[in-house]
Amino acid sequence: MPHERSITELRAGLENGEFSAVELTRHYLSRLEGSSQDLNAFITVTGDLALEQAKKSDIDRSKGQAGPLSGIPIAHKDIFCTRGIRTSAGSLILDKFIAPYNSTVVEKLEQAGAVMLGKTNLDEFAMGSSNENSHYGHVLNPWDKTRVPGGSSGGSAAAVAAGLCAASTGTDTGGSIRQPSSFCGVTGIKPTYGRISRWGIIAYASSLDQAGPITQTAEDAALMLEVMAGHDAKDSTSIATGVPHYTDSLSDSIKGLRIGLCQEYFDEGLDATTEKLIMEAVAVLESQGAVISEISLPTTRYAIPAYYVIAPAECSANLSRYDGVRFGYRCENPRDLDDLYKRTRSEAFGNEVKQRILVGAFALSTGYYDAYYRKAQQVRRLIKNDFQEAFNSVDVLLSPTTPTPAFQIGEKSDDQIAMYLQDIYTISSNLAGLPAISIPAGMHGHLPTGLQLIGNYLDEARLLNVAHQYQLQSSWHKLSPPAGDAE
Amino acid sequence: MKVTRDVVEKIAELAQLQIPDGELESMTEKMSRVLDLVEEMQSADTTGIEPMANPLDATQLLRPDVITEENQRDLYQEIAPETKDGLYLVPKVID
Repeated sequence: MPHERSITELRAGLENGEFSAVELTRHYLSRLEGSSQDLNAFITVTGDLALEQAKKSDIDRSKGQAGPLSGIPIAHKDIFCTRGIRTSAGSLILDKFIAPYNSTVVEKLEQAGAVMLGKTNLDEFAMGSSNENSHYGHVLNPWDKTRVPGGSSGGSAAAVAAGLCAASTGTDTGGSIRQPSSFCGVTGIKPTYGRISRWGIIAYASSLDQAGPITQTAEDAALMLEVMAGHDAKDSTSIATGVPHYTDSLSDSIKGLRIGLCQEYFDEGLDATTEKLIMEAVAVLESQGAVISEISLPTTRYAIPAYYVIAPAECSANLSRYDGVRFGYRCENPRDLDDLYKRTRSEAFGNEVKQRILVGAFALSTGYYDAYYRKAQQVRRLIKNDFQEAFNSVDVLLSPTTPTPAFQIGEKSDDQIAMYLQDIYTISSNLAGLPAISIPAGMHGHLPTGLQLIGNYLDEARLLNVAHQYQLQSSWHKLSPPAGDAE
Repeated sequence: MKVTRDVVEKIAELAQLQIPDGELESMTEKMSRVLDLVEEMQSADTTGIEPMANPLDATQLLRPDVITEENQRDLYQEIAPETKDGLYLVPKVID
């Protein structure tokens, strides 16, 4: 079935005329209308637009003008602004928000010929690790519908895993691409901070937010990233360096590659079966010529504390724009301006969002700024220095993506701290701004397990190369969940 | 660190949020738990360490001082809750 194929395989099918872009799009749309939709992975399906774009793509192809992703049906996390289509960020406050412009990522993928099937579900404003914080209800994990898909890009990861789209965009502030990719058995890369323009992505924590693709394979991730990456004059934090052809280096040998295992990521919090699966994957890489050593990142224990100061502080500033005046939700019959602001925000933000705003406002307030915000920024540099030290002796760092496989819906929703600890292996690379990828590396019973590789700045090509080489020797990324075959 | 109800009420005011009386207790407790989690960071020795705001220590880029954006007020105001004659409307501030 086409939905089990990778982008590379779908491109071949389109090129040799096995199916047209319109036929392929209809196939995915019928899956979205069918029983597969009960995962709640999508907030909005844009069927008419998708068919229009597919038609255009078929015409472009007939004229010999096909782009790199011509006719490939993809989905966008509902945090990327899309012109004329609701962009909700999973929040009631943006439930009726129709962006007047496209984000740079959406624009670039459209220019490359990709077909947009719709917008995927997420934790409200990307704040969460389970997709239980969405105004539109939680997403189910296609491997086990009693479990969470991870978050915050939970809808994106579930949709790719279940074959509801060929690939999806996501964003990652503390692990929001990699953790759901791990839970859903798909490939997800968070590039170097600034590699992809943030313009038109609804902001959560601006110094940590970064977009990336979620795909079936590392090869597909390379294809998507090539299109998504690059400098953008509209985002002054985007990196000016040119974008390499990530697909060119996929087949390079990894003989002699130095892989460091971060000791602190194999601690007592790690599930024993997950550890066993990761070490089996390490053995595969070793058999391909990689040289394995142990590395210490002593500041790891400060990462979650520093994150839960910096991210809420930036969120409290970013979310101050939602005031009921220029766009978004407005409360009924405000008594005065103060009442308008307060009731609008209090009625339309969810609890987790409100709490992060409060923690952030506290950390930035007079008397606490130095002890919290400034201290967290200093710790952040220590974390970066740790990584720089590690990269003097190894090329990439390897770890599990998460301490356990997907947990039950509701299991951690009353224990916020346990939820925050989910991101213990992913959060440091956001603080340091480093690229990192999660790939499927084994089955924990009926649940996927993800392996994480962290690279040096702008070393995405190497991460994709190592991931691809591993995928040539393993078949975990080819497994489909039972829910994906619901038709 | 334990925060008190008074502190939460003051911060909520700064953040323009209303916390209903019934939820104030649990919000205070939750905030205290997050701040306890954050406390671990205080044991890190950061003497002489420059705070880091941008992972690449990038500085703000300058661009040529030319007009790049056209006025799209009507388009942007289409999505506003209430406007009149090109202005955003809010409840009366001064009688």
